[in-house]
Amino acid sequence: MSVFSANIVKKSSPKGHKPPPRFVPQEKNSFKERIIIFIPYLWMVLFFLIPFLIIFKISFSVTEIAIPPYSPLVTFEEGAMQIILHLENYTNIFLDPDGTYMRSYLKSIEVASISTLLCLIIGYPVAMALASCKSTTRNILFILIIMPSWTSFVVRIYAWMTILKKDGIINDILMSLGIIDEPIHMLQTDFAVYIGIVYCYLPYMVLPLFSSLMKVDYSLIEAAQDLGCRPIKTFFKALVPQTKSGIIAGSMLVFIPAIGEYVIPELLGGKDSILIGRILWQEFFNNRDWPLASAVAITMLSIMAIPIILFFKYQRKQGEL
Amino acid sequence: MLFNKFSKIALARFFTLALVLVFLYMPIMTLIVYSFNESKMVTVWTGFSLKWYEALLHNDAIINAVGISLLIGFMTAITAVIIGTIAAFVIVRIKKFTGETAFLLFITAPMILPEVITGLALLLLFVTLSDVIPVFSDRGIITIWIAHVTFCSAYATVVIRSRFVELDVSIEEAAMDLGAGPMKVFFVIILPAIMPAEVAAFLLSFTLSMDDLVIASFVAGPDSTTMPMLIFSSVRRGLSPEINALASVIVLVVSFFAFIFWLTTVRKQRRKERNRQLVAMAKSNENKII
Repeated sequence: MSVFSANIVKKSSPKGHKPPPRFVPQEKNSFKERIIIFIPYLWMVLFFLIPFLIIFKISFSVTEIAIPPYSPLVTFEEGAMQIILHLENYTNIFLDPDGTYMRSYLKSIEVASISTLLCLIIGYPVAMALASCKSTTRNILFILIIMPSWTSFVVRIYAWMTILKKDGIINDILMSLGIIDEPIHMLQTDFAVYIGIVYCYLPYMVLPLFSSLMKVDYSLIEAAQDLGCRPIKTFFKALVPQTKSGIIAGSMLVFIPAIGEYVIPELLGGKDSILIGRILWQEFFNNRDWPLASAVAITMLSIMAIPIILFFKYQRKQGEL
Repeated sequence: MLFNKFSKIALARFFTLALVLVFLYMPIMTLIVYSFNESKMVTVWTGFSLKWYEALLHNDAIINAVGISLLIGFMTAITAVIIGTIAAFVIVRIKKFTGETAFLLFITAPMILPEVITGLALLLLFVTLSDVIPVFSDRGIITIWIAHVTFCSAYATVVIRSRFVELDVSIEEAAMDLGAGPMKVFFVIILPAIMPAEVAAFLLSFTLSMDDLVIASFVAGPDSTTMPMLIFSSVRRGLSPEINALASVIVLVVSFFAFIFWLTTVRKQRRKERNRQLVAMAKSNENKII
């Protein structure tokens, strides 16, 4: 999403704008500077870093009927400090005989990968169309593409429920046209989950793709065509490599949140679309098993570590951060 | 031949954009149309009626939830813009400091991490801290506000930073040389220059906060049901025409702001275009004189 806003402003900036050069080794930061750095740093450390350490800690305890509902890691018994690390949560996740957790991790990766691919296939032509528009038309189209993501997320998923259900619009139209005799079961299937994810995350794919398409050196493409390259080959050999950073940024912006998505599979998915975000929610809210929920979160984070680092590196390279 | 090729491209472009816009707007349009439906069955059309909008006005739970969401959204947006401005200043002007990479990572991570993880993390923090700081022991508007500021300030930083890097340092240096203190430089020179980004960051944080369901569900207390939480719980129970009406109102308000945003950007671009033309004219005149 960072790319989101940066792009809108970027349009007005000269092409290939780079942040001013960073001064290499300076004298130490002054006292005033340190205070200014301290404020946002403190907020982020307090409300972002420390919570993760707490999740990590709690994932090693077990659930207990108490307030808060988990066992303390450190106990004092007869004057001696005891630290008890419970590994049950992790063994539960990995060695569960039903394989519920492992299956839901695999399912999440599958759903997230397929939706990312779908977003890429749909988003690339859209970004190309946008990049080739006149700037005034482009402004309007931009707002039109982003605007749905400003309206409530839950409301948009709800809208798809009314469309996809058995007596919904799609089935009504298909039946009245005589294409089908019986309503198709669409809601509460994986198909509905894919529609929901693509619908909600498409703008996050289009915007970074668009911003890298704007930086493409079109003379290379003309050269390829002049030298007799077929359109499809030109596309894959001349255009795609030049937009690699946009493809990576867009894919990560779809893939990472999609892995942990809760609302879409909950409302549009069926009983078998148990994604990991849903498992975490159930463990936390329905089973009140906070330690297990924490362990699920830590395992999920370890899956996402590589994509997050990849995204972060590309953001920095692009000067977005 | 050439003309033919170009029109083919234009046609392909038109169809791509039309298809994607239909895909994006069809659900929203259906929602609005059915909000005027008289029937209680959401998808069976029986006649035009405004009764669901009237019912909306008399539904205290919804009005209350909208009020809570507006309050949290407003508080979040202000705080997030302040923190985002400071953070952007740190990134752009101070440049090198210890833990710079960690700082940037803290700013990026809340934007892409799944909400279930952020929500769980913040709730566990509040529970842990509640022994030490009593404010966190009863969860509600304050805890939702803190949670929202944490992820919104990340977005605010990115928006403000992208404007900040375009500022000319020499103007600030000139002001400093002429004896302005750092505070004066910030409020008289930097702040007016980054104002559009501040407004954009405010609006973005406000919408993100108004829209958040998952994080708020984790950190909310019993009497702090926000609008998305209310919509979610009633959607889970089944479709309801009142929700259609509420959704249509949301869409209307958002499109109003989007329209204003579009107007201002168009005007800005026109002004820029005119300035460019003036500069070009002045240059050509100069050449003539020489």
